[in-house]
Amino acid sequence: MQEGSLEQAHVHAPPQGFIRKYIFSLDHKVIGKQYYALALVAVFTGMILSWLMRIHMVWPEAKLPFLEWFSKNGAPGGIITPEYYLSLLTMHGTLMVFFVLTNAPFAAFGNYFLPIQIGAEDMAFPRFNMMSFWTTFLAWVVLMLAFVIPDGPPIAGWTAYAPLSAVGRDAGPGMQWGASLWGLSIAIFCVGSLLGALNFIATTLDLRAKGMTLMRMPLSSWAWFITSCIALLAFAVLLPACILLILDRHAGTSFYIPAGLVISDRLQPHSGGSPLLWQHLFWFFGHPEVYIAILPSMGIVSHILVNSMRKPLLSARVVIYSMMSIGFLSYMVWGHHMFLSGMNPMSALAFSFPTLTITIPATVLTLMWLGSLYGAKIQINSASLFALGFISMFVSGGVSGFFLAQPSIDIYLHATYFVVGHFHMVMGVASLFGVFAGTYFWFPKMTGRMMNESLGKLHFWLTFVGTYCIFMPFHYLGLIGNVRRYQSFVDDFMAPYLGWHKFMTIAALITGASQFIFLFNLIYSRFKGKPAPENPWNATSLEWSIPSPPPWNNFGAKHPIVYHDPYQYGVKGSKGDFVMQDSPEQVVSASGD
Amino acid sequence: MGKLLAIVLVLIAVLSAYPIVSHMFVLPQDISTHGHAIDEQISETMVEAGISFIGAQLVLAFFVWSFSGRKDDRPLKNFPGGARALVIAAFLLVGTEILALGVMGQKAWASVYFTPAKPDDIQVQAQAEQFAFYFRYPGPDGKFGGIHPEKIDEGNQNYFGLDPANDVEARDDIVSGELVVPVDREVHLLMHAKDVGHSFYVRELRIQQDFMPGLDLSVHFTATKLGKYEIVCTQLCGLGHYNMKAYLNVVSQPDFDKWLKDQAGQ
Repeated sequence: MQEGSLEQAHVHAPPQGFIRKYIFSLDHKVIGKQYYALALVAVFTGMILSWLMRIHMVWPEAKLPFLEWFSKNGAPGGIITPEYYLSLLTMHGTLMVFFVLTNAPFAAFGNYFLPIQIGAEDMAFPRFNMMSFWTTFLAWVVLMLAFVIPDGPPIAGWTAYAPLSAVGRDAGPGMQWGASLWGLSIAIFCVGSLLGALNFIATTLDLRAKGMTLMRMPLSSWAWFITSCIALLAFAVLLPACILLILDRHAGTSFYIPAGLVISDRLQPHSGGSPLLWQHLFWFFGHPEVYIAILPSMGIVSHILVNSMRKPLLSARVVIYSMMSIGFLSYMVWGHHMFLSGMNPMSALAFSFPTLTITIPATVLTLMWLGSLYGAKIQINSASLFALGFISMFVSGGVSGFFLAQPSIDIYLHATYFVVGHFHMVMGVASLFGVFAGTYFWFPKMTGRMMNESLGKLHFWLTFVGTYCIFMPFHYLGLIGNVRRYQSFVDDFMAPYLGWHKFMTIAALITGASQFIFLFNLIYSRFKGKPAPENPWNATSLEWSIPSPPPWNNFGAKHPIVYHDPYQYGVKGSKGDFVMQDSPEQVVSASGD
Repeated sequence: MGKLLAIVLVLIAVLSAYPIVSHMFVLPQDISTHGHAIDEQISETMVEAGISFIGAQLVLAFFVWSFSGRKDDRPLKNFPGGARALVIAAFLLVGTEILALGVMGQKAWASVYFTPAKPDDIQVQAQAEQFAFYFRYPGPDGKFGGIHPEKIDEGNQNYFGLDPANDVEARDDIVSGELVVPVDREVHLLMHAKDVGHSFYVRELRIQQDFMPGLDLSVHFTATKLGKYEIVCTQLCGLGHYNMKAYLNVVSQPDFDKWLKDQAGQ
């Protein structure tokens, strides 16, 4: 490729015209921003849905007039009905898991920075890349249609357990067309994610710059690469699972529906299927999905922490191997979601052991971050605060996994708020902290302007303290047996604990409101922020060797050559205490040992 | 600002641990023969998870306190022992921990799932449906009548789809909306789902088991304390999920016999 003319050397020509530049763009940077924008819309939608649920749960009589305008059936008189609560719950989970936690840390940042960090001009297949975003966008549109059709959104939860999800209208409101839209949306989403994952893998393996060996890739790139390998296998299973679900719903098949079911007084015209099949296929995707959400954030946080510490990690190699082990083990643990489903009780033990084993690489990772902080010169800014907050949140959400990995304890804690607290903290909040850290860190590169630091820090404090106030009590309530997915607490024994639920709702309202500070900061800084230099954080990886924002072909006419490991910090370099990856200068150690 | 983060981290560790240490949130009383094993497992895990949680937050706080915002020229230092020591420590500490938890935890799991029900147990069939539980006792003949889904008729209270006209075994079956069981006697609960997935959860009994449509499952338990306890559904089953509940009534053996007789007479 390097031997051809300049024109041939480029993966694609410079974009011409508004549509090619900003809409159907082939440029990985524009596509990354598009993913980010979609995730931003989805995360605010999902957050507002969670507000509505929390308000309804503690003030069931609260009248929300605007909601009646939005859904006459769902909220007559502005009061949320029990079934609409379940619709909100389903849409909240689906938006957050698929369109936020998969899109933001992986697809958005990965698209923007993976090619630049490995010294490539674009993704391996720019057209596939464009398709993967627009497919994902279509999936989002299809899902959101469920809000506007008369049937309303489905009520089966984001896990869509069969046969509730498979039998259609008889299963309740939202289950006729709403659930079909859900299945279709997720199937389309799978196609988009598969295209994206293939592209990431091909790009990482084929388009690295000269000197960029695999071990010289920044940890964020490693995380995106490992994540794309996981995604390729996970979404490849969810896609057929969704197709079978759609067939059961509309083609009269019975993959997930056994014989003899009487639903809404009607004997269902199905026989021979198994609801367990859906659970196995769904969780075969669903558990790796947890790591699809968290691994990119682990990589992003490692990448940022090293920069803030001004010294290398104790061992980048160990971090890479830990992430690989987590990815590998993530395929052997899906059954821990199904301990009580009626599968052979022997298999519970078989799934429990690898689940507990994941604790080992997770602990190694945490110790690598903690141990590296020792003796560092930590620079505190919005990005590093969120990166440090990530460690705290990851530990807090991780230790509750100890409980849930044990089938005997799961007998008591399964389907309680303990589980909800656990996954919100580790997969939700921790991984969003990675996204926030990434945003504060990379915004200058993406837009050419700095974000406002004071607003960033304010956002951090409100979010950090706020999320602990929301999600710690979930664990306590789980311990007393508070069951999840209830629209109100009709059980007498819950009465003394309603105060805690009110506290959590108020914390959620405040923490959610403080996200608008972040949104304001994003928009304000995009237009009025201080102009950003090429390398504002004195960082070493390739994305900081090019202008902010980068030109359409990233590195201009030159082909970067890589001479060093990605994290040469704490050395005597010509520009300061660091040496960039593409700088041919010799690295002279400046450390005390 | 690094110092502030360190203080907040310490506060988070202390305030998060306080409700647990001060027993503000305790498990409801255990009324089963196997529950103590689960409770012990939870307590032991709480200790190990608690130490990991508090330890990690405090170390993070200490390092952030000590090593952030340094303006001086003190040289960078590396953690003594380096990566190797930490990896070995993680393998040894966490490895022992998970082996201990994993092996001990099997005891509790096995007591619920690997021991067969006793021969003198009481058989009760539970049916879960949107949005109620029904319980069926086999009656004097000790046999359950067959289930015919097409005969289910809620209006005539034929919840199970029995066919007493043609089925002798179904004639004496007793159907109840409440699960009445004698104290200190093993109950073998045969679980049948009429429509979609549900779950049977009694907190005090430390029992939770899904109803899987098309797959009849069973659990067995022995209740050791008289009283009424809530049975709730924990598997999202449709719009009335939050309101799907029944009661477990643990009574003395004479009271149980009398109750059965009264039901049969109706």
